[in-house]
Amino acid sequence: MKGRALYLDGVSVVFDGFRALNNLSLIVEPGELRAVIGPNGAGKTTMMDVITGKTRPTAGTVRFGETDLTRMDEASIATLGIGRKFQKPTVFDDLTVFENVELALKAPRGPIACIRWHLSGEAADRIGQVIAEVGLTDRAHDPAGILSHGQRQWLEIAMLLAQDPELLLVDEPVAGMTDAETEHTAAMLVSIAGTRSVVVVEHDLEFVRALGRRVTVLHEGSVLSEGSIDHVQNDPRVIEVYLGR
Amino acid sequence: MSATLADPADSRARLGFRAGLAGAVLLLAALPALNTLPADHALHVSDFIVSVTGKWICYAILALSLDLAWGYAGILSLGHGAFFALGGYAMGMHLMRLIGPRGAYGHPVLPDFMVFLGYTDLPWFWRGFEHFPYAMLMVLLVPGALALVVGFLAFRSRITGVYLSILTQAMTYALMLAFFRNDMGFGGNNGFTDFKELLGMPLGTPGARAALFYASLIALVASFLVCSALTRTKYGRVLTAIRDAESRARFLGYDTTRHKLFAFVLSAMLAGLAGALYVPQVGIINPGEFSPGNSIEAVIWVAVGGRGTLVGAVLGAFSVNALKTWLTSAAPDLWLFVLGGLFVAVTLLLPRGLIGLFGGRRKGRDA
Amino acid sequence: MPRLLVLLLLLLAPLQARGQEAFEALLPGLAGGFAQQAQTVERLGTLGDPRAAAVLRALSDGRLLKRPDGTLLLRDGERVTEFPGGAAADAAGAEPVRINNRVRAALRGALGRLSLLSPDAAERMAAAEAVFRSRAAENIPLLEAALARESVAAIRARMELALAASRLAAGQDDAKRAAISALGASSSTEARAVLLEARAGNPALGAEIEAAVAAIDRRLEIRRAAETLFQGLSLGSVLLLAALGLAVTFGVMGVINMAHGEFVMLGAYTTFVMQEALRDIPALAPWSLPLAVPAAFLVAAACGAAMERGLIRHLYGRPLETLLLTFGVGMMIQQAVRLGFGAQNREVTSPPWMQGTLELPFGVMVTQNRLWILVFSLVVLLLTVAAIRLTRFGLEMRAVTQNRRIASAMGIRTGRVDALTFAFGSGIAGIAGVALSQIDNVSPNLGTSYIIDSFMVVVFGGVGSLAGTLVGAMTLGVVNKVLEPYAGVVLAKVFVLVAIMLFIQRRPRGLFALKGRAAEQ
Repeated sequence: MKGRALYLDGVSVVFDGFRALNNLSLIVEPGELRAVIGPNGAGKTTMMDVITGKTRPTAGTVRFGETDLTRMDEASIATLGIGRKFQKPTVFDDLTVFENVELALKAPRGPIACIRWHLSGEAADRIGQVIAEVGLTDRAHDPAGILSHGQRQWLEIAMLLAQDPELLLVDEPVAGMTDAETEHTAAMLVSIAGTRSVVVVEHDLEFVRALGRRVTVLHEGSVLSEGSIDHVQNDPRVIEVYLGR
Repeated sequence: MSATLADPADSRARLGFRAGLAGAVLLLAALPALNTLPADHALHVSDFIVSVTGKWICYAILALSLDLAWGYAGILSLGHGAFFALGGYAMGMHLMRLIGPRGAYGHPVLPDFMVFLGYTDLPWFWRGFEHFPYAMLMVLLVPGALALVVGFLAFRSRITGVYLSILTQAMTYALMLAFFRNDMGFGGNNGFTDFKELLGMPLGTPGARAALFYASLIALVASFLVCSALTRTKYGRVLTAIRDAESRARFLGYDTTRHKLFAFVLSAMLAGLAGALYVPQVGIINPGEFSPGNSIEAVIWVAVGGRGTLVGAVLGAFSVNALKTWLTSAAPDLWLFVLGGLFVAVTLLLPRGLIGLFGGRRKGRDA
Repeated sequence: MPRLLVLLLLLLAPLQARGQEAFEALLPGLAGGFAQQAQTVERLGTLGDPRAAAVLRALSDGRLLKRPDGTLLLRDGERVTEFPGGAAADAAGAEPVRINNRVRAALRGALGRLSLLSPDAAERMAAAEAVFRSRAAENIPLLEAALARESVAAIRARMELALAASRLAAGQDDAKRAAISALGASSSTEARAVLLEARAGNPALGAEIEAAVAAIDRRLEIRRAAETLFQGLSLGSVLLLAALGLAVTFGVMGVINMAHGEFVMLGAYTTFVMQEALRDIPALAPWSLPLAVPAAFLVAAACGAAMERGLIRHLYGRPLETLLLTFGVGMMIQQAVRLGFGAQNREVTSPPWMQGTLELPFGVMVTQNRLWILVFSLVVLLLTVAAIRLTRFGLEMRAVTQNRRIASAMGIRTGRVDALTFAFGSGIAGIAGVALSQIDNVSPNLGTSYIIDSFMVVVFGGVGSLAGTLVGAMTLGVVNKVLEPYAGVVLAKVFVLVAIMLFIQRRPRGLFALKGRAAEQ
């Protein structure tokens, strides 16, 4: 179990007068699995962007343990141990499943290090293990471009696992998945959490219920409610803006 | 791991491919030798063929360098001709210094154009170019430094795609304008010419021609081997990943600016090397080499051959230039139509280039 | 006007009569020693006798001959006549009257003064110029007389300047003071030089002279700034015209068109063809330039539509391929024009109302054609904005660029809108060609020189923003022209390029950036 928590304190992001995030504060404890829900435009994706360095906050602090994330770029934040899975799965289509995971595998990231990189037996075993975890062993040497949508989602999760991050940000992992795939994914995320922190952004309330952990509801860029799924589902403010419709 | 899984048919094909390449290199290597046969011999090869092939070999190195940047790293440079020309100018400066007192004005130190323009001293940036090793260093460092600066500024501010292309085109355009100026100290409009010797070898003789030919061929083979080894490392795969989904690679923790910069600088140095080998063979270098049209032509070699495959780049350089050499004498008015048509045909009908026709596997997508 | 003329003749009549007698008496002096010659020349110059000009010119050209007895002959080609009188004479024994530098100087001044009264305006202007340069006290009465009958404003201004300069060289302190303030009110560098020259000889008037020089300097500074500004705006308007079409095809549609410059070139050639076609139709010939505007728009738009439907639409979403493809098409268009019209420059003449220069206050000179192009570019910009903001086509175009799928679901034929939008942008390029034909060489590679600059304008101003294109073009134009005197044309260009690269470091999306989600694409 690793020991760094994620702190967001008073974070605001303003695009041309539009407040995508408005004084958002959030703490994710080490090893916690947190679900974040909210209607469209609530600022879920912007929050992810701020944490991973894609968007600079207009105000507020974002810390991972003692490290200030607001001054770092995407690559350094990723190297620090924060992994992100996008809503739309993006993998490298021309590379095989194996090569995709190989690139994600925790290792020095500089050009020279990459040139001198030699695939050791240990690394190959680790890659094989991660691929097996997401159930893609049969496809290991197929180009990622020919995988199905669900398989691409899993490959992305495999890449995240190979990255060995302390904190995983997962954006709508089950969008477009079948029920069986959804269940499989929920089980996978629950098993991942505990050894590392996971933040899941999701629309699918059944999925969030299946996760069975603490839920944060965002609305108009700030936290509307926080607690167990039953707590937030009964919160009158949440019902008004989100669930009531 | 991927090598261990390759099936036997694949490795046979690879063996045949390598044998084909080796055969092509041997065939090229035979040309200067066949040139020494008597003129009425059936296998005699004319001076023209040797010198024109020597030029094409240099173009092939340029194509390789561009393919490394474009085909693998996704950096479509429309200014690679600038790196080629800078390498050529560095070599030209060495050759000018070797003329010594044999110039038309007979000045012991200053090249003719400096005497003509009223220089009294050699400008500081000309110092040291009389030494071959120093000049060779500059052949690599000057294009590399330019690529480093331009690349750093561009990649850091995430200028990609067509913006980057236009920027590189502007770069070579600006350099062309600058080199046309007399007060730059590079001979202005006329550039450098009337070279006498290189490494003690009088230029323009059959011996020098053959020596330069072999030097270029060795450089081509070496560059090819280096590039192909490089692209098979994890670094090569990182470049492919950056080309296809740069932002994803960044979220995986790859500092894409550094990776692209590394590839771009390496590519620029290779282009500089090509230019340096080219100049003593054609005997002249002038600001026209910087013209954006030259860079674009290099792009079409790579596109025609098949980008993202090193063989394709080399094949493209040879085939397009062969076509150009034939057509510019057979039907000069047609050449630009054909060249323009090549752009249209290769983008619409043959996105994987000639290599695609032979069913070669290209590590790339049609974007 | 006639009354004024009569008045002038009355005024001049006594002068004329007095000159009549004196003229004959002075003539022998021309054959005397150098000192006497110079004196005579100067006095002849002040007389205002029309014959004086002829004899002085002859003396200056070495055509005045002298018999040993001192009588004068005038040679005009082969013909030799007595002077005065005009009877044919034999040149035997006569030799040319020799002069030295001092006499020559006197001759220049005198001839200049005499031309002040010439009926030819250009000659009077030149004379005023010459007198201004010689600035001698004896010019004053003549200048006053000439000023009294001068009606052309520009010549008057010149004469007044000459008068002030002459007064400064001669007159009493009062006259000098008036002269200094007159010179100080001008904004010419010559007046400044005259004042500086006079400073040494007039220590008492030092302060006034300094003030006058400072006033001139201030005005010259303003003029220089105004002219630089105008040149910059003019360059900016050219860039604006060239970039405006690109702002539509690239900025709005996101299609990179490297053949854009060739569409500009086609527009310029359309102007040439219109001019040649209408040359023999007197009723239409003067209108060939205005008529070329719609023609060029249609030609370029047709080419653009054909290119979009035939080629580009197969490559949507693949910008690098589009770039190469359009470059190839541009190359072919260029070669086709080169084969069709020849590689040499074609002459497109400007209509009379576009020729010449306009003088604004402070002596700011503005070339008419550049002024027209500046106005024209703004009109084209306004029309473009109007087309996008106010028409049904513009609405559909914006809908398609914002969300193709939804627009298509609403019943908009997106393919047609794409073709029209591209044709529209290309047509604007054609219009730009009409304007450029007025100030640039109409040659097959006209477009290539503008394409890079146009992209810089669009990128600098902010992709997708027409206001950004306007500000970007004008800024680049002015910055270029401000830098040119210090760095030269080429280095100024290079500086601007580097500056844009550095600027993009700070604001990657240009001056007028779209922000938020829309910019994330």
